[in-house]
Amino acid sequence: MAVFRDVMPAFDLLQPDSVAEATRLLDQNGAGAWIMAGGLDSFDWLKDRIKKPQVLVDLSGIGELKGIRVSSDGVEIGAMTTLTEIADHPAIQKNYSVLSDAVSVVASPQIRNQGTLGGNVSQDTRCWYYRGGWPCYRAGGNICYADTPVGRNREHAIFGADRCVAVHPSDSAPALIALDAKFVIRSAKGERTVDAEDYFIGPDVDITRLNILGPGDLLTAIRIPAAWSGAKFYFEKIRDRNVWDFPLMNVASAMEVNGGSISRIRIAASAVAPRPMRLRNVEDAVTGKPANASTGEMAGNLAVQGAVPLQFNGYKIPLMRNLVKRAIAGAPEAA
Amino acid sequence: MAEWEDPQGAANSRDSAQSKTITRRRFILGVIAGGAAVSAASYRFLAPPSHGRSGSSGAGERLITLMVNGKPRHVDVMKQETLAFTLRYKLGLTGTKLGCDRAECGSCTVLIDDVPSYSCSVLTHTVRGRNVTTIEGLAAPDGTLHPVQKGVVDEQGFQCAFCMPGFIMSAVGYLKKNPNPTRAEMAQGVSGNLCRCQDYTKILDALMRGAEYTRRA
Repeated sequence: MAVFRDVMPAFDLLQPDSVAEATRLLDQNGAGAWIMAGGLDSFDWLKDRIKKPQVLVDLSGIGELKGIRVSSDGVEIGAMTTLTEIADHPAIQKNYSVLSDAVSVVASPQIRNQGTLGGNVSQDTRCWYYRGGWPCYRAGGNICYADTPVGRNREHAIFGADRCVAVHPSDSAPALIALDAKFVIRSAKGERTVDAEDYFIGPDVDITRLNILGPGDLLTAIRIPAAWSGAKFYFEKIRDRNVWDFPLMNVASAMEVNGGSISRIRIAASAVAPRPMRLRNVEDAVTGKPANASTGEMAGNLAVQGAVPLQFNGYKIPLMRNLVKRAIAGAPEAA
Repeated sequence: MAEWEDPQGAANSRDSAQSKTITRRRFILGVIAGGAAVSAASYRFLAPPSHGRSGSSGAGERLITLMVNGKPRHVDVMKQETLAFTLRYKLGLTGTKLGCDRAECGSCTVLIDDVPSYSCSVLTHTVRGRNVTTIEGLAAPDGTLHPVQKGVVDEQGFQCAFCMPGFIMSAVGYLKKNPNPTRAEMAQGVSGNLCRCQDYTKILDALMRGAEYTRRA
């Protein structure tokens, strides 16, 4: 019965009301501070007693982290803006629909009402060995339980594995990479901005985290440049259930077609690798080619080159081939 | 299996339950409402020890005011306490159910400023100053049911009904956003709620009836 299990171990709850105050508190508490946005990733860790932070910094009271600002340069989305607000925003639906399509299929309505864009891109991986508290590489141990002959790895990586084979679970991340978004990070030392794809790091860089945020860092906003406004977008998420599930795979792209041929394109996939993966080889190969089925076929084959399947995730190779093909050539009309 | 079945014993316990004037539900509500000390002491006894700090796990309790169902409620709340816990075990509002406690089933759904949220996954301290509505707050003060509740009663939409408060809160929240949904849209609107009886067809009948009553009201 959940009645008594649901009282989490005690932590100190800090509720700053400004970014300046939040970065000061994060600086003060260093690695001991846990940042909570919507909380939907955090609560699993805390309730299961797998992560035991002394100090929890709740961002929900910081007004300046919320909201969507539209300008001629594009759109700036506060990190604490909920996924529902983004999915329902008319300017995003009109000009950057790849993002509204992506966030509208995250989890469930209640989770989208509470979950934030900053949290969605900053959440931890969902590998159940790691989340179940197993002492794997990512948790500081010296084994990967998923990458063994009997490991359950149907959801795991076909690219970029380095000891850890977990994948990045975000639906919004590939859409933001396709849109060439910039992530704004504040700390007590100041502000810096990074490209969406550089926000995420693989186990080869640091096996214990999925993004570049270090102690004291706070993701404050995501800026989408106007460069891809109104482009031809594609987003598709494959999952077992239509609600709640994380992607088995998703692919997002932004493409401009002039006179039938692809003048420029950005394409990314998630849940195939430990970080959302930009498919540069595909981008280079299809630029200048007609946006048709044979280009799509070629792009799909190229996308899966070098993929290394595990025991139970071989299906991800034809899946990725087909999704990339559809991104270029369009999905066949449903019967 | 057979050794677990005891029709005679089951019948006896039913008889004895009926013979008592106080039902189990009334008894539990009485304990919670009548003595916050009783309920708080019992969970303190069972709560796991906090790490890295001395004193009881209730040491961090602070008196705050919550707006619940339109009324200010003063309640002692721990820093790590979830809204579902506060509603059920501090305020006695046991209509909000705890199923999974992991944002995966929807039975704890309440409205926070009219938006459906999983109360198992909200810290109570983060909803100070906001309006929380639970299933107990839907009916009018004179007892007249909310149109969605009326729809559920008329269509007999639920089987065991453990998930019902969550479904109703989700539907009421969704109807504020989309008052005239198609059946498919309503299904999407309450897709963050699970029914283990798999009674979805009848649940949707009931919620669509509730939507119709809400438009007429």
